[in-house]
Amino acid sequence: MIHLSLPAALAVLLAAFGVYGVLARRNAVLVLIGVELVLNAANLLLVTGGTRTAAAAFSAGPVLTLFVITIAAAEVTVALAIILVMFRRAGHIDLTAVPDLSEDAVEDTAEDTADGAARDLGHSAPAGRAVR
Amino acid sequence: MTTRDIVFTAVGAVTALSALLSVTTKHVVHAALWLLVSLGSLAGAYLVLGQELVGLVQLLVYVGAIVVLVLFALMLTRAPIGPHAEIDTPWWQRVVGALLGAATAVMLASLLLPFFSGATADLDTRPSATPQIAQAVFGTWVWPFELLSVLLLVALIGAFAVSRLVIGDRGVGRGASDGDRAVAEGPPSVGDGRAGAHHSATAVAPAPTGGDRA
Repeated sequence: MIHLSLPAALAVLLAAFGVYGVLARRNAVLVLIGVELVLNAANLLLVTGGTRTAAAAFSAGPVLTLFVITIAAAEVTVALAIILVMFRRAGHIDLTAVPDLSEDAVEDTAEDTADGAARDLGHSAPAGRAVR
Repeated sequence: MTTRDIVFTAVGAVTALSALLSVTTKHVVHAALWLLVSLGSLAGAYLVLGQELVGLVQLLVYVGAIVVLVLFALMLTRAPIGPHAEIDTPWWQRVVGALLGAATAVMLASLLLPFFSGATADLDTRPSATPQIAQAVFGTWVWPFELLSVLLLVALIGAFAVSRLVIGDRGVGRGASDGDRAVAEGPPSVGDGRAGAHHSATAVAPAPTGGDRA
């Protein structure tokens, strides 16, 4: 026998820590960690609700938990791909300094950095590009 | 306090403490490792709650795949080693974040704790829930289940397409280098050794990334 207020309290704590993690981090991957904590709080709540009665209808609690875990895997894959694109484009993954990714702004910065790279690096710039 | 209560309190304390550390630590890589501890002990909490299938899937998918993916992303984005204050927002934003987190906790607790207060589940004499879950997944939930496989495929293709995306690259006659880059950096979900070695090689190059991208 188990008192179900304990897992409910743990879910509350996990959700609160996740919200804090989303708001207090600048690194995009660490923001994702906060999102994962909130998702796990929801999962724990689903499992807790599913164990409340012996034969819950359609086993909805555990089955929906499995679905949420799968959706979280898909979400993390796409989010990390976007973060890597941001890192390749901007050189950092600081969410408080997100660059303007629209075409015009990109072309301006591209020209600036191209001038700078040609001036600073001279002939080594094309070699570096080929390595990348 | 029954035995399951005591065991769940212990596992839950580990889960909550490591979750708190994973959102407050100044070491970037430690945050991912504390997340691993938190999700692993949450799998233990599922076991105590009598849902062994969910616990094992949690171990396989979260601990085995998602945390490893997060660690790979940290490595590919040149995560700094050692304590680093730059990964946090300024102190006043963290205070606001803590207030909002506390408000979330109060709201959820005022809703959930009365709902679950005094509720008990007799898990010791209950048969295993796994056959019921299997029948439900392949009976009632079979179409959402199939839809999820399509979702995973879409996420795979989407991650590959996004990782090939080269924003603002408008040069003509740079197709060869673009192709090389797309192949070398590949899909982030795979996390192959080539991409990791590639990025660690570029990590020592002094040129800023924005510059050599142009």
